[in-house]
This record gives sequence, structure tokens and C-alpha cells, in this order.
Amino acid sequence: MLAENIVHFTRVLRGAGLALGPDRALAAIAAVEAVGLTRREDVRAALSAVLLERHEQQPVFDAAFDAFWRDPKLLEQMMHALLPKISGRGEKVAPRRVNRLAEALAAPRAPEPPNPANQSAEQELRFETRFSWSERERLQQADFETMSTAEFALAQRLAQTLPLPVEPVRRRRRERAPRGTIDLRRTLQGMARSPFTLAPAHTAPRTEPPTLVVLLDISGSMDRYARLFLHYVHGLTRRWLHVHTLTFGTRLTNITRCLKHRDPDEALALADRLVHDWKGGTRIAASLDEFNRRWARRLLGANAALLLVTDGLDRDEHGGLAQAAARLRRHARQVVWLNPLLRFDGFEPRAAGVRALLPHVDRFLPVHNLASLADLGRALRAPAIRPSTLLN
Amino acid sequence: MTEAPPTPLTLPDSVDAVVARLAAEGYVCDRRLATALFLALRLQRPLFLEGEPGVGKTELAKTLARALGTTLLRVQCYEGLDVAQTAYEWNVARQMVEIRLAEAAHAVADEGQRERLVHSLYSRAMLIERPLLQALTQPRTPVLLIDELDRADEPFDAFLLEVLAEHQITIPELGTVRAETAPIAIITSNRTREIHDALKRRCLYHWVEFPDVERELQIVRLKVPGAAERLSRQAVEFVQRMRTLDLFKAPGVAETIDWTNALVALNAMRLDPATVHDTLGVLLKYQDDIARMQGGDTAKIVDELRARGVIDAPPA
Repeated sequence: MLAENIVHFTRVLRGAGLALGPDRALAAIAAVEAVGLTRREDVRAALSAVLLERHEQQPVFDAAFDAFWRDPKLLEQMMHALLPKISGRGEKVAPRRVNRLAEALAAPRAPEPPNPANQSAEQELRFETRFSWSERERLQQADFETMSTAEFALAQRLAQTLPLPVEPVRRRRRERAPRGTIDLRRTLQGMARSPFTLAPAHTAPRTEPPTLVVLLDISGSMDRYARLFLHYVHGLTRRWLHVHTLTFGTRLTNITRCLKHRDPDEALALADRLVHDWKGGTRIAASLDEFNRRWARRLLGANAALLLVTDGLDRDEHGGLAQAAARLRRHARQVVWLNPLLRFDGFEPRAAGVRALLPHVDRFLPVHNLASLADLGRALRAPAIRPSTLLN
Repeated sequence: MTEAPPTPLTLPDSVDAVVARLAAEGYVCDRRLATALFLALRLQRPLFLEGEPGVGKTELAKTLARALGTTLLRVQCYEGLDVAQTAYEWNVARQMVEIRLAEAAHAVADEGQRERLVHSLYSRAMLIERPLLQALTQPRTPVLLIDELDRADEPFDAFLLEVLAEHQITIPELGTVRAETAPIAIITSNRTREIHDALKRRCLYHWVEFPDVERELQIVRLKVPGAAERLSRQAVEFVQRMRTLDLFKAPGVAETIDWTNALVALNAMRLDPATVHDTLGVLLKYQDDIARMQGGDTAKIVDELRARGVIDAPPA
């Protein structure tokens, strides 16, 4: 009975977006057996230790745990809602999102007349799981058309063949090289293999592209470019795993996990559902500040490079933009700014936002009238501009 | 491979026992953390601790080793960390000497002699053990602390998988070294990068929170016995209130302890804005945060605490 309940519980969590294999269910059963069922908080702690992988999953877990504990009826309804997803193996499983327990719990119209107590518990639960995002900010969902085959092929090719817009970094990890420091272990292996000879082997520090963090502006003025760019970033993520992508308009959203999906349409659809401020306004300063506080320390370690994709059109009324950008620069090893909205050749940084940002980037990649992926390719191949040459 | 059968440790048999044994060694921990630790010991899984710097993640491993009366093996992570620094290394200097001696004695003439030489070169005696390998060969189950794993690069995560999941290390020249019992592994991370899911999946996960007022006060009492009770409470309440501000880096428990020590060293009787100003550098490590606190937040918090009676009114 206990085992069955716990398996049900892990299934509910899986429906809510946690990646839990059957091994976790087994571990969860062992964990609950070890701590015993005498104290509810112990069971909660035990299950969360086994089932969670990230701190962000805690609210979803807690809501599910409370529902599970408070009212098995509600759990039954959850299960009812989940069953089609679990059984329907052949058909396309509806894409799931992290943090959307509500979706996993969305009970169908109750098969029996629900009693008022159940009703209120369920209402409360829905409230708890939805409070984290407000409908108000959801200005418009991006209407991604699916990509044509040719476009898809081009995006993949660009992502795979274009040089990265950031400079490679030297790692402390070493690799075999024709010259450099002598590698005693390999030299010795050679000596043991063929005595009376000494052919020294060498190592040199490995050079590789840094972790790339992409901050993508998806506000109204950036709409068309954002979509193109997401395809490019998706290709990069597929080619090489150290890419983190965050979007910002009025709020900051990390869509890295969505873009890991193999199929680009699916990946972008997932991102689409996670991001709620498509084509809205921009608050660059606030978004950069939030990035600095919440993400910079997590993502910008190990010499990471930051690729900022924005038009810089922010009125910067409170003057916080320069400060946020300066702080960003201190966190990242290199900051590259790709600006897709330059429609004329004689570029002069006039907008307040542009003037505030420019001194704090290492490289500046202006794109003139980005309308297609081919344009993006041309821009990434072109030499970057040192921002100091633009400011006087 | 192990010389003697390992002496079994006496592991705590309940969550309460974990709390009690850690408390006896001066580590105050909440029940959730104790539960996670209990499970790690019982289910023989590594415990993955994440949390803000200064909440006592490393300290937990040290205390656990003391409480269980076993050795602590520590791997401090940094970028480029590799097998030679963490698991094992061949004693190349000695191997070189062996080869030269064999050559001088003309003992490398035929295939059989050469085979014997190679065999002796890659014997256990030529191996220098580093913490990860030591963790597998101890006669008594050790506590293995892998500290700040987020500072190492990703290839190292992959290497850890074998050690943590299978309790074994494969040395190409020698074979596989396997532990009889799994070492008690504690991994800490400050989350400066995301650790790979494959590694997390094999661990128990616990996010270490800042303690509440009473628990932090208990910790300060233990760690700064010289501080007056009222002063400790004021310091703790002040820091707790600071954590609710939107600071760039909120002070951890380690900072609270340092700060209380600083206040004692300055012979402060009670908190007042001037004393706080002078010692802010102990609590905050970002200039922006310090500037912000000096810009009026300090006085505000002191006033609040006075209104609540935590800080006595200044003598007239």
C-alpha cells in the first residue's frame, strides 16, 4: 500500500515536470521505510531529499506533498488527469513544463458530485501553484509558425559551421600536444615499451570555447529577430552543450532546458509556453539587475562569455542601466553585444540605453537589418567592433 | 585489495540520533537536514548539499567525521582538477629509476624480462594514493568531502560518477580498485554552475537554508561563548533582518559568527548605528551592499529592533 502510494506520488511529480525515473521511486520507498511514518515532516524531508534535484523544484514538491497528504481524493483526481498521458505511449505526449503542477493536477470535470471540502482544498491548491506567475504580464504569446525544412537546415548549418561570436579561453586542463610541458606518465609508458629510447611526450593547456550565456531580448521591437536567433541558439545548444539561454522583456526566464529538446519546433514551443512576456515592453536595466542577482553567480563561473542580444532601446529613466552593465562585465569574462536593429551604416550611439551599455561590453556586433538567418550568419562572420571606437 | 576487514562504524539509528550526535559535536542542525543525512547513511548514497556560502555545508562533513570517529578525506575542487590530483598518480620518479637500474643490469634483453619490468613498474607500490582512492582503501569507512564541486569543470563530474555510484576506480595499468563498503560521501556546491543531472540523480539532494533566529542564536552561543546573551541576540536579529533586504549577497551564518566575534573584540555593549557602520565589512563583501546599508538601512533596522525591545535604548 505504501509502495503503491509513493509510486503514485512520483508519477504526479513526473507529470508536473520533474524528471524522475523508476529508480527514484524505489529509492523513495526505501527512504520512507528508513525514516518511518511517524512524523509527517520526516517523510516530507525524506522524499524531497530523494526526489529533488534543484532548489527551484521545492515549491512544486511541497504543493504536491500537501495535496497528497491532505486529501487522497484529490490525488485520485490527479491520477485521473494523468492516466491518458501515461497510457498514451504511441500518440504525442503533451509537452510538460517545470513549475506547472497546476497542469498536471488539472482535474477533469469531477465524475462524482464533489463535496464542498474537497472543492476548497482543490481551489486552494490551484491557487498555490499558480501564484508564481501573473496573467497580467502575459501580454501576448509568441506565434511561432513552424519552420520550413529549408530554414531548419540553414539554421542547423549556421549553428554548426559559424565561428562562435566569442573568443576561446585557455583552460587549466591539459591535453596532448607536440610541444609544451613534458608528460612524465606517457613518456614513461613509452620508455617501458621500448627501452634505451627517450621520446618525451608533451602536454599543453587546452583551449576551448567558453560556456556561453545568451541573454535574449524578446520585447516588441525585437520580436522578429528573437525568433531567428532562438533557432540559431537551439542549433548551438544541440551542437555543444554549454549554452545557457535566458530571455528577457519585462521579466527574466531561463529557457535552457527547453532548448535542449532535439526537435527545434518542439523546443521553441516549450520555450514559448514558459515565457510570458513575448513582444511586451523592455526593462533592460531591471532584467540585467535580476540576472546579476539570481543567475550571474550560477552561470558565469569558469570564464563564461555572455552574449547580449538586444537593441538597447531602453530609456533608462532611473540610470541603473550603466551600473547593472558594469556589474555584468565584472562577472563575465567577456561580454559581446549583438545588436540586430541597426538599419543605417553611419552608426552613432544616441539612445540613452545604447550609450549606457556600450562602455561595458568587450565586443560589439551590429547587424544591419537582420531579416533572415543568412544575415545573422554574415553578421557573426564579420569582425566585431571595439566599443571604444564608437564613443567619444 | 584492502588489507584488513573494515571496522564497522556505529551509525545513528534514527533521525533524532543524528541530531543528538551532531549537537554533541557542536553542530546545530535542523530536522530536515538531519533526515537527509540519516538517509544518506542508511541508504549509502552520497549527500549533495547546495546552498548559499556560509551556511555550514563543509562544517557538516567535518562534524560528521568527528561524530562517527572516522577520518575525513577532503577534495577541494578547482578548475582543471584531474585524476592525478584527486585519485591516484604513478610515482614516475621511482619508475624512472627502476627502468634505469634494469637497463644498467642488462635486464631488459628479452621479451620476458621486459614484461616483468613493466609489471613491476605498474605495481601497487608505485602508486601514490590521493583522497578519492584513499576513500576506497581505508580499513575504516571514511567521510569523503568533495568541497565546492561547482568550482571543478564538468569532466570531473563525469569522473566522480564511477567513484560515487560504484565505489570503484579503474586504473588502466593496474585494474579496478573496489571498496568493500561505500565511503560516506558529502558533496557541497555554492551553485556557481549547475552540476550535471547524472551526478545529482545518484545523490540525495538537500538545499541548506539559513537557520531561523533561535537556531542561529544557538549556533552563535556555541561558537562565540564569550559574547553576552543580549549582544548575541541583537547580532542575530540584525543579521536575520538584513537577509530580508534585497542585498546582492546576504550574510551567512559564518559571517554572523565573525561579526559577533568582532563586536566582542570591540567591547560593544549593544548595537548602535555607529558600531554597525564600523564593522559592516565583516558582514558584507560587496561595496554596493555596504553603501546601501550605510545609506540609512542600518539606522532603520536598529530602530526596529529598539522598538521591539531587542536593543535597549541608549543611555541618555
